[in-house]
Amino acid sequence: MMSGTVTDNNTPTATKPEDLAGQVLDLDEDDDLEVFSKDATFMDGSSFNSPMPTSPGSMVNQYKFEEEEEVPDTKDIFVTVDKPESHVTAIETFITYRVLTKTSRSEFDSSEYEVRRRYQDFLWLKGKLEETHPTLIVHPLPEKFVMKGMMERFSDDFVETRKRALHKFLNRIADHPVLSCSEDFKIFLTAEELGTHKKQGPGFLSRIGDTVRAVAASVRGVRTRPEEFIAIQDYVEAFSQKMTSLDKVTQRIIKEQKEYSEELGEGSPVYTKWSDIEDELMVPLKLMASCLDRCHRESEEQVLQLSNSLLPTLHEYVLCTDTLKAVLRRRDNIQAELEAKTETLAGKKTEAEAEVESKVLSLAWDSLVGKDPDEVRQQRQQKLKGEMKEIKEEIDKMDDRLEWANNALKADWNRWQERMRADLRSVFNRTAEKNVEYYEKCLAVWESFLLSQKTEDSEGDNILDS
Amino acid sequence: ITDTEGVMVEKGGTLLKGLEISVAEAEKRTGKNAVSIQETYTVYLIETRAVDNVSEVANPTPDSLWRRYSEFEIFRNYLLVTYPFVVVPPLPEKRAEFVWHKLSADNMDPDFVERRRVGLENFLLRVASHPVLSNDKIFYSFLTQFFVLCLLFCVGFFEMKHYGDELQSVISQLLRVRARVADRLYGVYKVHGNYGRVFSEWSAIEKEMGDGLQSAGHHMDAYAASIDDILEEEEHYADQLKEYLFYTEALRAVCRKHELCQFELEMAAQDLISKKQQREELATGTVRTFSLKGMTSKLFGQETPEQRETKLKTLETQIEEGEEMVKERTAECDEFVKNAWEDIERFREQKDRDLKEALISYAIMQISMCKKGIQVWNNAKECFSKM
Repeated sequence: MMSGTVTDNNTPTATKPEDLAGQVLDLDEDDDLEVFSKDATFMDGSSFNSPMPTSPGSMVNQYKFEEEEEVPDTKDIFVTVDKPESHVTAIETFITYRVLTKTSRSEFDSSEYEVRRRYQDFLWLKGKLEETHPTLIVHPLPEKFVMKGMMERFSDDFVETRKRALHKFLNRIADHPVLSCSEDFKIFLTAEELGTHKKQGPGFLSRIGDTVRAVAASVRGVRTRPEEFIAIQDYVEAFSQKMTSLDKVTQRIIKEQKEYSEELGEGSPVYTKWSDIEDELMVPLKLMASCLDRCHRESEEQVLQLSNSLLPTLHEYVLCTDTLKAVLRRRDNIQAELEAKTETLAGKKTEAEAEVESKVLSLAWDSLVGKDPDEVRQQRQQKLKGEMKEIKEEIDKMDDRLEWANNALKADWNRWQERMRADLRSVFNRTAEKNVEYYEKCLAVWESFLLSQKTEDSEGDNILDS
Repeated sequence: ITDTEGVMVEKGGTLLKGLEISVAEAEKRTGKNAVSIQETYTVYLIETRAVDNVSEVANPTPDSLWRRYSEFEIFRNYLLVTYPFVVVPPLPEKRAEFVWHKLSADNMDPDFVERRRVGLENFLLRVASHPVLSNDKIFYSFLTQFFVLCLLFCVGFFEMKHYGDELQSVISQLLRVRARVADRLYGVYKVHGNYGRVFSEWSAIEKEMGDGLQSAGHHMDAYAASIDDILEEEEHYADQLKEYLFYTEALRAVCRKHELCQFELEMAAQDLISKKQQREELATGTVRTFSLKGMTSKLFGQETPEQRETKLKTLETQIEEGEEMVKERTAECDEFVKNAWEDIERFREQKDRDLKEALISYAIMQISMCKKGIQVWNNAKECFSKM
């Protein structure tokens, strides 16, 4: 089951995640975008174009949020996302959510924080976390757009579902032993205005540079991916397919169930109409109408459980697979970069060795330029030695980095699997439970019908009129 | 309302101030009903005596007529329909309800019959003393004449026909809804089969979750397969409804036959009335209604006494034949109506029984379906918790 701390013996003890912030980082911007939208646009403002309900109060919904996660004893930070509110400005309309934090951690100045955040802000946080910890698995954000029914973007259901997903997102970070210590996470939870913080960090141009490097690295590819990561890759592929299938199947079931429920509801008034033209049969027919009506309502309840609980969870795990693929890719890139650097070093070595041998041509050149050949040669050797030393240092650092990344990924992978298992087990369990409940309620309805009819029977007998 | 002899004293019954009414006797009869089955029933004797207004002494020989309880019912229904603003007096109970002793629950029980006789008499007296109801023409005929039954039954048959139409409409709607519901339910169950397939495939790539997923998948398959039996059973309910859907056609046919009988009787009665009118005109020499005959005789002079005599004689014969015809048709009508009404009553009771049973068996089916569902999902839940 899920535990608050990761039993991981491989994390280098001295390094704090923040140290890596200074190094060359890959920002797989495209991959991040894939996770939350099919559009390339990163501009949130343009996304909210539909007319909004104007009263903020109307957005506050009454659903109770079920805390799905087991709270370990060591949990010292509690985060909730609630109270969505709509904001209308001259340029755009958008929704903010309240993020409430209660914590006893010493890194926090206060024990309670309340801030308002919009979806953009969550995106920023995710980006920063992935920047800082490229091979840690960050829980996916809900999608930017809902593919079906774009009209429903501001419906209560959409906002509610999104709110729950955002809550889960933050809580997964809070539960993560490494991510929850992130400075960016702290800023997200505590800063009044995120605007200033968003402007810090690697600028646009450097991000471009990183992307170019990343693309180049992925084009190069890895020489030999370690076994275990190949296995993970294969698993993720297969898992992704299964989750997508389950998502589709569940959507279909919801659709059929909704329509079934509707049709069931149509039967009740017909029985009532029938009861109006009957004498003896009036009572049983009226009862029948009421039974059907009750079953209809139970059926609607059941659909709600599927839509609000099972489907969102399955969908999350579909999004997870994109995250996992991105993480694997980033790990690969780190390895590729290391390999590239190693090649460069080897190149320089060859150059140095070749340098010793080729005297004639360079001597001729140097005398033309009027330089002392020996001095020049020495200068060049020094330069090369210097370069090689630099590269070697870089390689060492990158080696460390790769090892750290691999270990982090392995540990987090185990953690993720545990979590996934717990999540899916719990949600399937609950779905089965709800289904049992549904059938039990309907059973009670029909048994009561039978009971009332049986007692009626024993009282009056059908005697022919004389 | 009445004194000991049942003579009207109340101000209400103006028409019947001179009429003594009683339900004097009750008798058991056996006869064959419309489906040629022997049945036993009770008839009650309605006696009416004209009271001499001057002397207030009743005529010794009463007119009498035997009627069954169901005929009283029909008459009362007619009153209900015709005078919706009147609080119509009730009939004594149809079946022995509210009995303290189980033995007297039998409708053939002599005590029950006696109490009913008194109740029926009371009913008639109440109607006779009602300011509005007592003036009803049909009431008088109900007490004294035979063929009025047909008229009374008209209301009943009309209502029956209407009921038949409504029942047909309602059952058709129900059958349509049921078919759509079954279709959807089929969809829901069958799609769950996909869960089975995906779980099975998924279990192949999992270690710890594999077994749980695999067995859960099997339960999903079982769930998907179970709908076939469930829907087959439901067809049975649909069939029971369909039977009564088709029955309404037969019901309507009976009502139509009644209309036909009624029509023929009316034709005969009309014919008789017109012949009697002609006789009157011929006998008195007065022309009541406009006729070509009348005009021509006015213009061209009247007929000779001999001619008139022959005409009268022919008319007399025709009138005699007409009266016979009316009597015959009346008897036919009454016969038909009595039998048909008895059968409609029987049909009604059968329908109530059958459809109630159908509703109960539908509930039983639903219960069975729910129990199966509970079992499958409990099993699935167990598998999921092992994941």
